[in-house]
Amino acid sequence: MAKKRKSSDSSTVNSNLVRRPIRKWFPLFVLPTLACFFVGFIWPFLEGIYLSFCKFNLAKDAHWVGISNYQKIFESLKALDYAQIWEESGLWGTITATVRGNDFTNAFVNTTLFAIVSIVLINVIAFAIAYALTRKFAGANIFRTVFFMPNLIGGLVLGYIWSMIFEGILKSAGMQSLVLNSTYGFWALVILVAWQQIGYMMIIYIAGLQAVPEDMLEAARIDGANGWQTLFKVIIPNVMPSITICMFLTLTNSFKLFDQNMALTGGAPTVTLATGQSMGTTELLALNIKSTYERNANFHGVAQAKAVIFFILVAVLALAQLSATRKKEVQQ
Amino acid sequence: MKKSLNLSAPRKYSPWSMVLTIFFVVFSIAWLYPVVLVLINSFRTNGAINTDVFGMPTAETFMGLKNYINGATVGNYPFLSAVLYSVIITVLSTFLILLFTAMTAWYIARVDSPFARFFYMLCVFSMIVPFQMVMYPLVSITDTTRLNTPWTIPVVYLGFGAGLAIFMFVGFIKGLPLEVEEAAAIDGCGPVRTYFSVVLPMLKPTMISVGILELMWVWNDYLLPYLVLDRTSYATIPIYIQMLQGDRGHVDLGATMAIILLAILPVIIAYMFCQKYIIKGVAAGAVKG
Repeated sequence: MAKKRKSSDSSTVNSNLVRRPIRKWFPLFVLPTLACFFVGFIWPFLEGIYLSFCKFNLAKDAHWVGISNYQKIFESLKALDYAQIWEESGLWGTITATVRGNDFTNAFVNTTLFAIVSIVLINVIAFAIAYALTRKFAGANIFRTVFFMPNLIGGLVLGYIWSMIFEGILKSAGMQSLVLNSTYGFWALVILVAWQQIGYMMIIYIAGLQAVPEDMLEAARIDGANGWQTLFKVIIPNVMPSITICMFLTLTNSFKLFDQNMALTGGAPTVTLATGQSMGTTELLALNIKSTYERNANFHGVAQAKAVIFFILVAVLALAQLSATRKKEVQQ
Repeated sequence: MKKSLNLSAPRKYSPWSMVLTIFFVVFSIAWLYPVVLVLINSFRTNGAINTDVFGMPTAETFMGLKNYINGATVGNYPFLSAVLYSVIITVLSTFLILLFTAMTAWYIARVDSPFARFFYMLCVFSMIVPFQMVMYPLVSITDTTRLNTPWTIPVVYLGFGAGLAIFMFVGFIKGLPLEVEEAAAIDGCGPVRTYFSVVLPMLKPTMISVGILELMWVWNDYLLPYLVLDRTSYATIPIYIQMLQGDRGHVDLGATMAIILLAILPVIIAYMFCQKYIIKGVAAGAVKG
């Protein structure tokens, strides 16, 4: 913040030289971007909020229905007979039935579980590889290039490559297909995304590790610290900013995941909800929005309402990310 | 200075380093195996892939280039036009984004008016909005504004991608010395000339980072062109790959792998030649949440 204030002061001082002449060129410098930004973001964003309160087939024949789209999201839960479920399966059973009895809560829980597992897995492995690659040994640079490579491949293509691999492995092991078993589908997605993102996080960790001051490591050595002590007492506290960035990147990436989810299982296997609709058991939130929209025209508004909730979720996570990284920067 | 934690430090290897190298050679080969598998299976028959994914092509199961031909002609859409449209959209979008957002970022950083600050805030805000939030309204907007062709869809990419680009450019420009631009102004340069002959050359490192990020985003993007483009006349490579899938269970895996290989090969070749820039560019974009 302090840095920003300073630069705005200096440009005020120099307003006559640099600032004022630029303002005259507003139409050239800002207008094209602003116009596209309006068409590509501001307009659809505002219309998106409006449409979440409407029933519509196409956006032009929308009519206001209030909050009923938001209520309809959880419609299938109303059809559940809670008294009976409670009697038959107790507390845990009721919770499970509630979560799995609605496509949106199911997608939300899938996404949360997926986020937790992939955050831990990706960050631990990426840090370990980065730590090893910052040791001196032949080929470290080549290995870095190799591990980063999957990042270049689009999510859709990744999904089809891994779907082929997993189906092959499962078939030769005599196990159920990926699209018939939701547990396999979940873990397959975790492995796919780990393969894709470990290299990316590794790059950030390498940058963090290279910035650890050498004199601190020297001091630790002189004081007789062993490898583990140096790692936990010196190195990890020093790379905390990188850890924060990577944690939240994996978190927001997991929440926004779409292509990989669609290509790998497409939500399969499906089950039928109490309201008669089918639900993809391995759907994450983003895919659930699309499949809701594609059910039929009555669900367009519901899908848009889900998108608004999804946006609020992601925005809250991202704001937490910003404030956490800001705090870390202040401490530095 | 940084002895033990520097990849480019003078090379004096400990005996341990041999163990690490051997371990990582094995690990790297395993890491690359999925891509190798795509290559191998792109030459095998669908039946052979279905019985044993990890097998090698034999005399009976070797398809030669047949998978490539089948994959490129399957359905009623030629693969080459999908490639062409992907290239047009990617190049045009990246060019537009680099051209206009860098100019806007300079305006925001130097003018610093309430409007500029507000616009900047909006851009940062747009970075956290998931695409799902705007995608359905965007379908009708692009229909009415005729932005649903490969030639006009870059406008949408500029609009939706402006946030990250402006964020990165503004961050960089704020660190540039104002004195250079003042000197240009004193020497009689107007803003346009100052921008194009003084500021723009200094932006080169960020241009490369932003350019690589946008290239990778647009090239691999599936959902936006799928929803926005007129599907009967235009497809991009990701849309084409999705079309190959058709009904699950009736997929020609060999042909799919052939097309996937064609789709990722240019990217991997480009990566081998400029991996330094790509890794740096992508790491610089780590702020995108």
